Amino acid sequence: MSDNAARVRSTDGGEAGGHRPGPLATVPAEPGSAKPDPILVVDHLTKSFGGLRAVRVDHLEVQRGTITALIGPNGAGKSTFFNQVSGFDRPDSGGWTFEGHPLAGKPAYQIARMGMVRTFQLTKALMRLTALENLMLGATGQSGERFLPAIVRSWRSQEKDVQRRAEELLDRFNLTRMRDEFAGSMSGGQRKLLEMARALMVHPTMIMLDEPMSGVNPALTQSLLGHIQALRDDGMTIILVEHDMDVVMGISDWVVCFAEGEVIAEGRPRDIQSTQAVIDAYLGSRTGDQHDVLEAEQ
Amino acid sequence: MMKILSDAIAGMLGPEAAIYALAAIGLNIHFGYTGLLNFGQVAFMLVGAYGLAAGVVTFGLPFWAGILIGIACAVVLALILGIPTLRLRGDYLAIATIAAGEVLRYVYRSGYAEPVTNGVFGLRQFADPFYAMSPLPDHDFDLGITTFSARNLWVMIVSWSLVALACALVYLLIHSPWGRVLRAVREDELAARSLGKNVYGFKLQSLVLGGVLGAIAGALLAINTQSAYPDTYDPKVTFYLYAIVILGGAARVLGPVLGSLIFWLILAFLGSFLRAASDAGVIPAEVLGSSAIGALVIAFVGLGLLLLMVFRPSGILGNSKEMRLDVR
Repeated sequence: MSDNAARVRSTDGGEAGGHRPGPLATVPAEPGSAKPDPILVVDHLTKSFGGLRAVRVDHLEVQRGTITALIGPNGAGKSTFFNQVSGFDRPDSGGWTFEGHPLAGKPAYQIARMGMVRTFQLTKALMRLTALENLMLGATGQSGERFLPAIVRSWRSQEKDVQRRAEELLDRFNLTRMRDEFAGSMSGGQRKLLEMARALMVHPTMIMLDEPMSGVNPALTQSLLGHIQALRDDGMTIILVEHDMDVVMGISDWVVCFAEGEVIAEGRPRDIQSTQAVIDAYLGSRTGDQHDVLEAEQ
Repeated sequence: MMKILSDAIAGMLGPEAAIYALAAIGLNIHFGYTGLLNFGQVAFMLVGAYGLAAGVVTFGLPFWAGILIGIACAVVLALILGIPTLRLRGDYLAIATIAAGEVLRYVYRSGYAEPVTNGVFGLRQFADPFYAMSPLPDHDFDLGITTFSARNLWVMIVSWSLVALACALVYLLIHSPWGRVLRAVREDELAARSLGKNVYGFKLQSLVLGGVLGAIAGALLAINTQSAYPDTYDPKVTFYLYAIVILGGAARVLGPVLGSLIFWLILAFLGSFLRAASDAGVIPAEVLGSSAIGALVIAFVGLGLLLLMVFRPSGILGNSKEMRLDVR
């Protein structure tokens, strides 16, 4: 695993930390700030569950080709925000555009086909499919997924291409020896890798990772981080929800802090560390969650 | 003794076994491959049978038109059941299908429907063209251990051929990217959606396909007796089909076929054995009257299923390694 992480980092020009001032250097660190080349723009997105307002984002832009981390105490609305934007849940109001296309009201599968693919906090490996099948499923535009072509087997040459690409990804994520094993017999960390590799089969331009490090042992965490940075260096945009502050500060180009459903701060990692609103949110002047802060300080 | 054995073989190979295998293949597409809880497969058989029976007897249409009407009714039924429920959690389809099965049976036997379905008296004599197509000479066939009439044998040949065709179709579909999506939907709908799959569309296709196979099976059941009565299609049939699918091994191409063979073998063997024992006085009449034999056979089937669940929950052809996976 560590070999791979090292290899991935070497493609990063030796810059292990991953901070790239790049296009975000001059962006003001304030909620709703405009980015030079936003791939995702969210406007006035709201979602309530009964009387509880879970999300209210007035304006948020995500810069293309960067790693953007969403942080905030438990219950701050990060995962709900993820669900709205990826089409897995309907917001009460508001809109958002991805590469200029408005997405409000589009079903999740169409959003995924447009190149915005997400993973889940609780890994959703398809347990009774093999690792290879899990990946091959992810390929889009397969003619064999339509009923009649499936019967006449006109999809066989396309299937070969899909399989080759799947095997390349298995190799890249060090899963080749699990190729023909059921995903259900893989470890938690391997399933995380599998899910990430599978998302890449969709050819995404933006990938949304919901707590990619949860339940992963420290050695594998390094490898996962390496993979995520390598994806960014390939030009992909990454949004991730993460609780581990070391991870967030280590790999993000931009950090967005949620509290009580709103974006209370955003900026480069070093801006965020000194922002009073973030400290308040974690220390409990508003919602309070001592545990997260202790974690953050470690 | 020979009588019991020949009854058992006749039951195993007879038309009912083939027909139940065909309906179970449809159910296996729903339950085994897509994870749809369809508790009303019998409803598809009912509309298939009455599409043919009412088409021919009531409306005077040709035989093949009746078959097509039955299939069309199954497609419509699948859409009516699926469109409102397949976006919801699996339980809703289960509730809708079990209700639809019973409601349809009552509708078909009701007084309102009598002009079309002839109510509880049913419809008869609509399959003459089917039997006229038989190339077999009109005498009994001795297959060594048991004999079949030419009519029975013709139904068996057609039914088992259709079973083979259906198996080939399922094999091709399941070993294609289409089948891969279906299995992914069974494992985790959200994951399939996150990969750009139109889960709702796939579930609807699965429901229609399995329903059409059920309708063809229902039509064959009516052809076999040249009659259609609503009460033939009671909920019990669906649960026999589940027993067959689980016995043979869910999500296995040949599972429903093997399941049906064994199910009908056991059913016929036990029935014949108990009757012989009862007639010979081995079991006194006050312990087991001839009217109770049918019920006792069903009780044994239940016991057998119980033992199957304890000792081989994945069925005979099932992959027990796959079964043991922690799939949550």
